[in-house]
Amino acid sequence: MDNLLSIITFIPSVAALVLAVFLRGDDEAAQRNAKYVALLATGASFIISLFVLAGFDPSNTGFQFMENYRWIIGLHYKMGIDGISISFVLLTTFLMPLVILACWNVTYRVKEYMMAFLILETLMLGVFMSLDLVLFYLFFEGCLIPMFLIIGVWGGENRVYAAFKFFLYTFGGSIFMLVAIIAIYKTTGTTDMAGSVNGNGLLTHRFSYQTIDVLGMPIKGGLQTLLWIGFFISFAVKMPLWPLHTWLPAAHVEAPTAGSVVLAAVLLKMADYGFLRFTLPMFPVGTQILGPIAMGLAVVAIIYTSLVALVQQDMKKVIAYSSVAHMAFVLVGIFSATQQGIEGGIMLVIAHGFVSAGLFLCVGVIYDRMHTRDIAAFGGLVNRMPVYALVFMFFTLANVGLPGTANFIGEFLILVGAFQVNTWVAMFATTAIILSAAYALWLYRRVVFGDLIKESLKGIKDLDLREKLIFAPLIALTLLFGVYPSLVTDLVGPSVADLVNDVTAAQAAYDPAALTAPMQH
Amino acid sequence: MISDDLSLLLPEIVLAVFAMAALMFGVYSGKDRAMPVITWATAGVFLVLAFWIGVTGPGTHTAFGGMFIDDGFARFAKVVVLLSAAAVLVMSQDYMAKRGLGRFEYPVLIALAVVGMMVMISAGDLMSLYMGLELQSLALYVVAALRRDSLKSTEAGLKYFVLGALSSGLLLYGASLTYGYSGTTLFSGIIQTVHAGQMPLGLLIGLVFLISGMAFKISAVPFHMWTPDVYEGSPTPVTAFFATAPKVAAMALMARLLFGAFGTATQEWSQVLAVLAVASMFLGAVAALGQNDLKRLMAYSSITHMGYALVGLSAGTAEGVQAMLIYMSIYATTTIGVFAFMLSMERDGHQITDLRALNLFANKEPMKALALMVLLFSLAGVPPMLGFIGKFYVLKAAIDAHMYWLALLAVIASVIGAVYYIRIVYLMYFGKENEGLDTGPMGVMPWVMLMGSAAITLLGIINLFGVEGLAQAAAMSLVQ
Repeated sequence: MDNLLSIITFIPSVAALVLAVFLRGDDEAAQRNAKYVALLATGASFIISLFVLAGFDPSNTGFQFMENYRWIIGLHYKMGIDGISISFVLLTTFLMPLVILACWNVTYRVKEYMMAFLILETLMLGVFMSLDLVLFYLFFEGCLIPMFLIIGVWGGENRVYAAFKFFLYTFGGSIFMLVAIIAIYKTTGTTDMAGSVNGNGLLTHRFSYQTIDVLGMPIKGGLQTLLWIGFFISFAVKMPLWPLHTWLPAAHVEAPTAGSVVLAAVLLKMADYGFLRFTLPMFPVGTQILGPIAMGLAVVAIIYTSLVALVQQDMKKVIAYSSVAHMAFVLVGIFSATQQGIEGGIMLVIAHGFVSAGLFLCVGVIYDRMHTRDIAAFGGLVNRMPVYALVFMFFTLANVGLPGTANFIGEFLILVGAFQVNTWVAMFATTAIILSAAYALWLYRRVVFGDLIKESLKGIKDLDLREKLIFAPLIALTLLFGVYPSLVTDLVGPSVADLVNDVTAAQAAYDPAALTAPMQH
Repeated sequence: MISDDLSLLLPEIVLAVFAMAALMFGVYSGKDRAMPVITWATAGVFLVLAFWIGVTGPGTHTAFGGMFIDDGFARFAKVVVLLSAAAVLVMSQDYMAKRGLGRFEYPVLIALAVVGMMVMISAGDLMSLYMGLELQSLALYVVAALRRDSLKSTEAGLKYFVLGALSSGLLLYGASLTYGYSGTTLFSGIIQTVHAGQMPLGLLIGLVFLISGMAFKISAVPFHMWTPDVYEGSPTPVTAFFATAPKVAAMALMARLLFGAFGTATQEWSQVLAVLAVASMFLGAVAALGQNDLKRLMAYSSITHMGYALVGLSAGTAEGVQAMLIYMSIYATTTIGVFAFMLSMERDGHQITDLRALNLFANKEPMKALALMVLLFSLAGVPPMLGFIGKFYVLKAAIDAHMYWLALLAVIASVIGAVYYIRIVYLMYFGKENEGLDTGPMGVMPWVMLMGSAAITLLGIINLFGVEGLAQAAAMSLVQ
């Protein structure tokens, strides 16, 4: 079983191929078969990823389950996972079966819908496992195609606008990364992250940080700064970071429920993963120089998007803006470059994966019944939907970061990390917790509490078994990681410690005074 | 020895003799009833020749005192030309017959055009260059006007002819200047008189005229004006042919001339090509945004793609030539697929090329729509389709040659260009309901070409089917 990672990655797309070739017709039986095939494939992928988890050695900070084959253009098909990526991989494989279950009620072009999700899973897993920059870029960009179709074909009224905006924003953003990747290839002669092929991988390569002039402007940190910017723009669009976030609310609102879940729970996390895998280890000096600016943007994003979330009329928009705020929070943790900050960031990535998925599914539940997401159309749901009220309450409180949930652990660790680096950032970031309580609880009050006065809501039904089955594992894991966080921190800890040591050592070696001194002569 | 020289030319001779024999056969047998036979025979001869040239051993040979060169580069380009010509021929057979265009001259003319292209690719002298180019062009002028009773088709033929003649004039003028200042028409002789940095002004002007003449043939901006009209006016199979084989041949000719005759003065022409490349990429991308006719859109798309191929060429390195060859192979493969689809676009039995007829096409024909989507994303350069690999190659070549600004501009143009390709995807998958296309099975050959090229575009990502190594060897044989 040398190719376990490739097997996990490509099971879903093989299933998609099977659907494309063998499944005929669009009657009820065919639709059911498509759903079962998709569920089976994503489930198999998840189970095999558990085997990987069982065979994973957290104390080893190198890459494990490595696969390496020669590929075109002198590149390599190289896959591997370490403590950081395994958490992202497991998050994806765990969520995908739930996503498939969440679209059980879809009746429009089911086969293609399932194929889109299956191919998307392959691409997302590829992003988290690939150890070659070009391979990574291939998977990273490839995700655009299925997501573009998911929003465009199965989305809401304004789907065309949202789909185009999503595609062009992210395509335009990642072009900068492509240029940076080619520049890296040019300077080092490799795009291999982990070495062992040409002797040295990019993760241990020290890019030059000699000040250089670009159009007469001296750039502090030189090449590292430029490459850092290239990667940062791409990831900032994907994350999305204020002020590049405007595609996300549009995409979330128009996407079908399952699409929103994947978008919030996994696709946005590719940016966080990118920061951890590429930006921090490869450009520590660039991070040192520009990291504070990124953190500043994140603080603005946290406060601004939280305030924007307060005034939204659409339930999905509230959650979308809340996602933007939480992702900015993760960014603060990552760029604090401390053990606690990064571990907190990963913790919040996982927690937000569960909780945002849960919240979007909660919206989906009542959208399925009432076909509107307008907050004003609801109220008093607790009277007819007690179980739903409970579930929604749980996710709302988790989103706020109530102690006992995984979100609390994540946010707390991030703040601990941020305080060590920059008190101001930490102080302003803390306001996010208050603001998130404001918009989340207010949303909950308007939708669930009060008297059930609206005629249209009188016949609404509570959760059925399938919906309960989707919510149960999300709730269980959010609680489990909340009370026993070392499940995660033990897994990622050694790799994060290694990363932090690397970054600190590289940053200590950087002495701006020594570099600028000769310039004055 | 004359027999050695002739044996080197054997593929071209075989094809030329075949074309004449087919003409005789056509005239003395059933005239147009012989068309299917001749078409299939021509395609068969193309395939056989491609195989023959493909298995020819390595090495560089010259014939007729250097007028004709047979090297790895020529063989690579010839195989691409022959295969794409064969593909276009077999997929257009049904269409031509159905539309009353089943004239037996069509395959014969295509065969003659291909002979011209093969001579062009192998040219080692300004004379053989011009001979090949004109043979190709004359045949193409006629096929452009194949639909004699259609106003647009005759207009296309005339426009193509007039502008083509102008470009031939420019080329000849450049050739005579080059001859005047170097005293020879042989590439291997010209290169002796060309020294970097100290080229005589006359030679420089000659070079610029030569480049302009060839830029017409590959429809690079600002010599592109004929392209949209000719593409729109010609019958669709002819357009498919214009978009593939002649482009590959002209691009190869350009590389041959620039490296063979002016290879020691790379910096003199690399900037010129870079400007042509940037103009083509941007004008093609921007102008295509407003097109509603798929054929015109493909015309602008081909202008953009020539721009990318020129980016590779303007790097002026073996790597750049390799990138260009790979780019052109990928481009030809993808374009054949798109045109195969276009051949099947009908409403009430009439050919339709309006994009808006594709509205919600995916609901009616999911498989065809899927294949077309793969091809369009490939043309847009979105990974993991093959088109991305092509773009990556040329960008890498440009950056290796320190042309960072060119790489950056190419990247920006590709974002603009993506818009109109995904617009088609949008129409197919989530457009508005309106009067659509006829559904039903398409012809066997177009279907095979569409699915085949989509499959190649997807699976090629695994190892490019070994084209990478071949293209590298080809480029090395051209650039020493």
